[in-house]
Amino acid sequence: MTEMTGTPIAHAPGFIANETPRIVSARFDYEDSHTLERYEATDGYHALKKALQQTPEEVHNEVRDATLLGRGGAGFPAGVKWGFCPPGVWPRYLVVNGDESEPGTYKDRLLMELDPHQLIEGCLIACYAVGLSQCFLYIRGEMAVAQERVAQALNDAYEAGYVGKNILGSEFSVDIVLHWGAGAYVVGEETALIESLEGNRGMPRLKPPYFPASIGLYGQPTIVNNVETLANLPWIIQHGAAAFTAIGTESSPGTRMVAVSGHVKRPGVYEIVNGTTTFRDLLYGNDMCGGIRDDNQLKAFVPGGGSAPWFTPDQLDLPFEASQVGPQGSMLGSGAIMVMDETTDIPAAALTLTKFYAHESCGKCVPCREGGTWLEQILRRVVTGRGTQRDLDLLIEVGETICPGDFPHAAVPSKGIEAVPFPYRMTTICFVGPSAFAPVHSALTLFREEFEAKVAGNEAKTMIEVAVDV
Amino acid sequence: MTFFTDDNLALAEEIIGRYPKPRSAMIPLLHLAQEQEGWVTDEAMTQIGELVGTTSAEVLGTCSFYEMFKRHPVGKYVINICTTMSCALMGAGELMEHAESRLGVRPGSTTSDGLFTLEGAECQAACTEAPCLQVNYRHQYRVTTDQFDELVDELASSGHAVPDHGVLSQIRQHIPKDRSVGAVPPEEVTAAPVWLSEDGES
Repeated sequence: MTEMTGTPIAHAPGFIANETPRIVSARFDYEDSHTLERYEATDGYHALKKALQQTPEEVHNEVRDATLLGRGGAGFPAGVKWGFCPPGVWPRYLVVNGDESEPGTYKDRLLMELDPHQLIEGCLIACYAVGLSQCFLYIRGEMAVAQERVAQALNDAYEAGYVGKNILGSEFSVDIVLHWGAGAYVVGEETALIESLEGNRGMPRLKPPYFPASIGLYGQPTIVNNVETLANLPWIIQHGAAAFTAIGTESSPGTRMVAVSGHVKRPGVYEIVNGTTTFRDLLYGNDMCGGIRDDNQLKAFVPGGGSAPWFTPDQLDLPFEASQVGPQGSMLGSGAIMVMDETTDIPAAALTLTKFYAHESCGKCVPCREGGTWLEQILRRVVTGRGTQRDLDLLIEVGETICPGDFPHAAVPSKGIEAVPFPYRMTTICFVGPSAFAPVHSALTLFREEFEAKVAGNEAKTMIEVAVDV
Repeated sequence: MTFFTDDNLALAEEIIGRYPKPRSAMIPLLHLAQEQEGWVTDEAMTQIGELVGTTSAEVLGTCSFYEMFKRHPVGKYVINICTTMSCALMGAGELMEHAESRLGVRPGSTTSDGLFTLEGAECQAACTEAPCLQVNYRHQYRVTTDQFDELVDELASSGHAVPDHGVLSQIRQHIPKDRSVGAVPPEEVTAAPVWLSEDGES
């Protein structure tokens, strides 16, 4: 067997270093990567100093020219998003989305725990460039260590004059307020995050009109950016947009953090080149995951967090490039790949995701609140061998109330299945409802024979029997 | 009605002062209440309502939305075993079964000695280190059934450095007065920030 070359870093559980240019994970090699001392000793806050010598407009332009795609899931260019604030409406706020909870996603927590100053510097650059008067750094509730690391970093940064009033002696002044959630996946959706930050139940708002850049926190223009997105800013400002776009492809420049979990030899978080790295590089490369565990066959993988329609070995050569992944029926989402080998019980695996989204429905939209629950219950019945043929059709029927029309899925040439491109239509405000359907739909479309086997021989039930047996 | 200790009340007021609107402090204050008592009592919600200027029913509305807020006493250690896909693929089901028999409780229940509450949890952002669990929201990675037993033994004999349930970050944010800009409420600030150019546009 070929020797693997990527290096796991003991004090950074999960992270494995490879030869990729390291933009956001550069300091992970140091055991004290989270401290101000280390940050300052490794060019920390230099980008802030450089930004303060430029006009806010110049800083904004640099970020726009870098085509920094949002790393939270939607992949929208940050510099363009910043430009959506309506002119003349003040104050504007920055809300940092550190509510990472998409199944399979594990990068923002590392960035907060291992390099909190990089995130803080990114927040400051964003506030300076867009004229954001106050920053709220919202960390997921269940991340006690990230909260501690960021709290300490903020305290140190205030003390050192990097945050607060007249930063580094300039006119630029902004407070960063540390805030954390209390356990609700849906709060990762930006309008729900804002509701939560206003002290409410974290239910998404309808867009339009509630696009945060125009009507956000307290009804004011608000930029909501993901942790990894902001963590890229110090590097971009220090090295310039041209250096950033020199990495990766024109439409997907830079690097991105990707977590690979499940049945690979070396599950881990990898910083990879955006746009060019393929799923095969990532899953089979010797400096990355090194192949499927026990040299088993790959059966399927979820390419972009639990919400994403599934891929099979037929899609392994696709790169991390939205314009190529979308037409093939899925999305890159939050940079999370969950790998299933040949031993996987596909319907059971789909259930572990569908029950997640059913559980996390906030209850605002009926198709999600009811549909998610029904999908879970019907699927559970099938998985436990109590389902019938009718249940398989019912899963699709229920799903179509959430996502009418053709739902995206991958191609399986050997089974004569052609791809249906991303995205889907939806009857809900946010993506939680469709996400409950995505795993069911993918599993049932790509691996129907496994569902057929589970319901084979089970006789049709009356509606009363079905209603009782959930 | 007074729920918060004097120290926590001072802290609550400091926290409220950071936000443009007091209601934004609701979740931080619920955490503070849970830190003080281990769970969120009715008295706590009443006082939080008074502090942020709303009714206790509104506080309950927010409180009940979020999984981490407990409306009844729970164990000193809340053990959350992740049951979502990556962990399920790597043996979370077996780990949960083992935990149930080791602790003698079903998920959602507390052991009779009040030490442990077992819960099935959703994705904990440690997917590469599956199966994982959290004790009072602090991770344990790649947990085998043997390691689970060791962990429980350690916790039971207080040999493990995990703060009691309710305590999250043991480090508090402190904004020094001389460095603080202060909250920026929309009612009071209508001009562009001073560092922007004169026309107020970036």
